[in-house]
Amino acid sequence: MIDNVGVAYGPVSALHGISLATSCGNRVALIGPNGAGKSTLLKAIAGLVPRQTGTIQWRGAAVKKWSREFAYLPQREEVDWDFPITVRGLVEMGRFPHLGLWKRYSDSDDNAVDHALQTLAIADLQARQICELSGGQQQRAFLARALAQEAHVLLLDEPFTGLDRNASESLANLLAALSEEGRLILSSHHDLDSAPDLFNECLLLNHSQLGFGPTTEILTPQLIAEAFTTPDPASDD
Amino acid sequence: MLDPFHDPFFQRALLAGLLIGFTNGFFSGFVVVRRTALSVSALSHTMLPGIALGILITGTLTQVNAFIGALTAALFVGLGSVVVSRTSRVAQGTALAILYTTAFALGVAVLKYLHNYGDLEHWLFGDIRLVSSSDLWLAFGIGSIILLGSNIFFRPLLLTLFESDVAAAQGVPVRAMSYLLFGMLILALVTSLQAVGCVLSVGLLVAPAATLSLLTNRTPLLFWGGGLVGALGSVFALLLAYWTDIPAGPAIVIVLGTLFLLAFLLSPKYGLLPRIRTS
Repeated sequence: MIDNVGVAYGPVSALHGISLATSCGNRVALIGPNGAGKSTLLKAIAGLVPRQTGTIQWRGAAVKKWSREFAYLPQREEVDWDFPITVRGLVEMGRFPHLGLWKRYSDSDDNAVDHALQTLAIADLQARQICELSGGQQQRAFLARALAQEAHVLLLDEPFTGLDRNASESLANLLAALSEEGRLILSSHHDLDSAPDLFNECLLLNHSQLGFGPTTEILTPQLIAEAFTTPDPASDD
Repeated sequence: MLDPFHDPFFQRALLAGLLIGFTNGFFSGFVVVRRTALSVSALSHTMLPGIALGILITGTLTQVNAFIGALTAALFVGLGSVVVSRTSRVAQGTALAILYTTAFALGVAVLKYLHNYGDLEHWLFGDIRLVSSSDLWLAFGIGSIILLGSNIFFRPLLLTLFESDVAAAQGVPVRAMSYLLFGMLILALVTSLQAVGCVLSVGLLVAPAATLSLLTNRTPLLFWGGGLVGALGSVFALLLAYWTDIPAGPAIVIVLGTLFLLAFLLSPKYGLLPRIRTS
């Protein structure tokens, strides 16, 4: 549950008054114009930017800064793809929060990584460097890291941007399967046409919340017009 | 051909080459991962005035003096470039280039007044054949600190370098990790000063892991493999220097540079020639 979350960059309020309650198994789209605060909200939930107001509750307890059950997948252009690391190395990073500084990387960690690689169907790519992957494979590699982390809440920033049709379809099926397994998916999304097929719930926002509920009920012409015509003074996406 | 091994000077040089080569080669993994070879080059040149001023002020050269002098000068030039770029229209790279060359020139000028502490060439290109037992212990100590520090903090360091905001969210002290890397870099540079001097030390701190990056995708191999290339390359270079009578410091950098070139041309997967042949 997210209650009254707000974020400010210095004196500029990027986001205020976001409140929603949802549960595992849902796929929630964050929809709004460029600069509406979609990325900021995802980062605030992930603990990457400080929340100025509000609380986030997960499994009945307040999440102070970060929960290892939350995994954030950045926009593709925000990732340093030339970083010299293999797909397996990236997925192994998902085990770091469980291992801390001292714990030895054990067989069970190895199994979790193997399982994540197989679930995402990228086991045969594990020795490749991350820059050698296609757009869809890169998304899968980051999702595999989230699974290896045993995250239940997946925070995705525009995961469909730049993917071709096949890769988009395959990612859509994957997200559906992951939510059916009981994971909660929150994802910023810019394509209004595909949103109802991909996401069962939707948060419409433009710096503040304009509506939250089942996607088909929220994405009405009236609300969409309201969200996309409000002037947006800041830009963060 | 084996007689250099019976020469105590050469034995010490070999041991120093192994220690310094491994330490610097291992640390070169971080330099390659961060892609900061140019700032390492700037820092290595900046050590010279730092050490020279340290001697000038205290009147004596000790390893502690050298470290503090190098660290102070590196901080001065590094932070100075940030201040200049933030308060003017000059880019940080430009400011860094001006500051470090000026600092280096000052170091050369100051050294002229320090006749008792070796000639300029010794500082610029090192002389591993003159290492003392205490130098060896220092190289061993610094190597241990760098290997321990890198390995204990390997996970948070890697995460900080890859995604510092995610690392920060997970509770990694990102700033402390950056200071740790900076401190270890200065330590590595101080040891390499003895082996290859301040002009060539950047070769020892970049080439080993860069060579490995052409041979493997596995991140840990950049570090351990870099250490091996640095150590074995230095030992081979010392033998080469003994047989051909060329200075040891340049020999080390020539050997490491040649290894890099060979990997660039011949690496089975990423080499230029195999790729030309398959295309």
